[in-house]
Amino acid sequence: MRTNSMPRITVSLTLQVCLCASLVGLAACGKGKEAQKEPAKEPAKEAQKEAQKEAQKEAKMVQEPAKEAAKDQVEVFSWWTGAGEQEGLDAMIADFKAKNPTIEFINAAVSGGAGTNAKAILANRLQAGNPPDSYQRHAGLELADDIKAGKVEDLTKLFEAQGWKDKLPKGLLDAITIDGKIYSVPVNIHRANLIWFVPKTLKALGIAGPPKTWKEFLTQAQAIKAKGKTALAIGPTWTQKHLLETVLLGELGPDKYTGLWTGKTDWKSAEVTAALDTFNKVLAASDIKSSAADWQPAADRVIDGAAVYTVMGDWLDGYLGRAKKLTFKTDYDVAASPGSSGVYDFLSDSFTLPIGAKHRAAAEKWLTECGSVQGQDLFNPQKGSIPARTDADKAKYQNYLATALKDWQDPATKIVGSLTHGVVANNAFGSEIDTALGIFVQKRDPAAFGAAIAKAYADTK
Amino acid sequence: MMRRIRAWGPGLVLILPSLIALAVFVYGFLGWNIRVSLSSWRGLAPAHDFVGLRNYIALFSDQRFTEFDVPNIAIFTLVFVAGSLAIGFVMALLLDRGVTGENAFRSVYLFPMAISFIATAIIWRWLMDNGSGESETGINKLLAGAGLGALHSDWFKSGSRWAIAAIALPAGWSLSGYVMSLFLAGMRGVPEELREAARVDGASEPRVFWHVVRPMLLPVMMSAVVILTHISLKTFDLFYAMDQKNIKIDTPALYMWFTTFDGGFYARGAAIATLLLLGVATVIVPYIWYSVRVERRR
Repeated sequence: MRTNSMPRITVSLTLQVCLCASLVGLAACGKGKEAQKEPAKEPAKEAQKEAQKEAQKEAKMVQEPAKEAAKDQVEVFSWWTGAGEQEGLDAMIADFKAKNPTIEFINAAVSGGAGTNAKAILANRLQAGNPPDSYQRHAGLELADDIKAGKVEDLTKLFEAQGWKDKLPKGLLDAITIDGKIYSVPVNIHRANLIWFVPKTLKALGIAGPPKTWKEFLTQAQAIKAKGKTALAIGPTWTQKHLLETVLLGELGPDKYTGLWTGKTDWKSAEVTAALDTFNKVLAASDIKSSAADWQPAADRVIDGAAVYTVMGDWLDGYLGRAKKLTFKTDYDVAASPGSSGVYDFLSDSFTLPIGAKHRAAAEKWLTECGSVQGQDLFNPQKGSIPARTDADKAKYQNYLATALKDWQDPATKIVGSLTHGVVANNAFGSEIDTALGIFVQKRDPAAFGAAIAKAYADTK
Repeated sequence: MMRRIRAWGPGLVLILPSLIALAVFVYGFLGWNIRVSLSSWRGLAPAHDFVGLRNYIALFSDQRFTEFDVPNIAIFTLVFVAGSLAIGFVMALLLDRGVTGENAFRSVYLFPMAISFIATAIIWRWLMDNGSGESETGINKLLAGAGLGALHSDWFKSGSRWAIAAIALPAGWSLSGYVMSLFLAGMRGVPEELREAARVDGASEPRVFWHVVRPMLLPVMMSAVVILTHISLKTFDLFYAMDQKNIKIDTPALYMWFTTFDGGFYARGAAIATLLLLGVATVIVPYIWYSVRVERRR
């Protein structure tokens, strides 16, 4: 039968199509790898100059003569490729090069929001026993897996030698100390527990000020809804998790909030269930049914006046102040999220020293740069975050950052760690919370939600 | 003996490299994946212990897997495969009538397949936005503009159990042109003499199609179903870019990725991958068996 040859032709055709597709895929992967190896192309020149000037002063005092062994190098892996953060990294690299002229710096940055792509690539490199000389992680328990698997070195000695323990706030040191040891050097600090709004919108609605408690928020939300606006703009799933942590913090207070991650606060207790119920009501007052695709469009809804509030970390200041060129205090304003004034829910980017790093000595020098006042003061104003050290130069930080730095350096401020951004939950627990949260958003059962998280905590401890 | 080797030896040597590559990169890793799924590997350090079917049993009481992922992928596959087949078939039928500019039409319908699923998802995420009032956009706005505002839909953000079916829209948009070209080739493969013979016997055009062309399209349809089903089961990027981590449109493929690379649950991820493989195999193995049998008969 002649006609029977038809299916065979189609099948071989499909095979060819599939083959082509996979080849294209491979080619794309190849490109990706090349891109990683390429160093950042456009260093921020001004920052570089500034860095060099400062470095020259410093170099005389600190560094050994430049006649070290042959060509040394250091490969640093990060996800700092976005606007602001790349400039900050470049400024720090320039300073590092000025202090260590013999060391060649290889910038192995991988793009992708909050490091999602970078983390998958890094996991492969760590498992293959081919680590970079230093890599970026969120400070805190996000690093717990790496420690357990024996992938990173204990840096406690470096901290002692550099005297960093006296320069960092105790709350931060507690959060990054795992089983009595410190494994990473925090470079910057972001704050997560913030609620953003436009003063004009509040005035038009006759609202005196941002809510002090979540209860007050819910009351305001009713009035806002009556006027046809959305009380709270929200984005994709991780922003919902971010909201969850701020509601828990506001409802339970800093001590019980911290207890959620150390096992002291029971996820199934009545007060946690009540807090989760509040979270449920807050979600109901948000635009979750037609949530924005990301955190920036969610903030746009607030700026446009369609929504009144959004809960987001202080990287939003960079978006509104730098990217959209709005004026702090008049075009937009910020307050501690309800129930959390005087509390700093922090997250921090930090660098590690992997076991088996090919250029260990150079990597230690990079970490020294990360922990230095100079390095942090070069990086942070660019990135839109504040330095982890309390002895940083205040004059370098303006507008929102000035208030953030003041709060951070205030000894009365209570410091707690962020859930969504890797400080208080290890990766396994964090991803199980994602699942529980996703199911909760569909089913809206606070008690079942608490029980699911309690079980996940026990399973992933 | 020597003669036999001479007969198939050169052929064997020629295909040997690809055989070895297949053995290592497909079947070797497949076996490795199954091995991992039977261990308790979690976190960066591999565990090479043996825990039997524990990961599989856990999956069957995993709410995300049983209540969301499996029903979701079943609904998606059903709507996507049936929809693409129907649309592809109708388009092929229309083109088969001999339209002017057939080549242009054929390419236009095939183009969406050239766009990656990520790009497709980003376009359709906007098209299927469910904002209302001032923020209404995409298809909903189009409907409202045409006076069909009553058809306003929440698409994949709807509260319905079938919300994931909305994602079959972009998937079908992407692949129905391909199904069309399969069917078109099948229709063109039917010898004109057969149709004429039927017409001489007094059959009307619909009957010619039903009794002569349709039976000969069966093999084409089989391969289309197999291709679409396995694409559907494996689809990852489309959902990922549409609304990340929204459990409403979660599928086993997504759960596998997130649990493995976000959470470090390597063993659980491998178990999901194995189940996915079994799912694809239930479609493909009967097909292979069928084609081998057909070939033998000849």
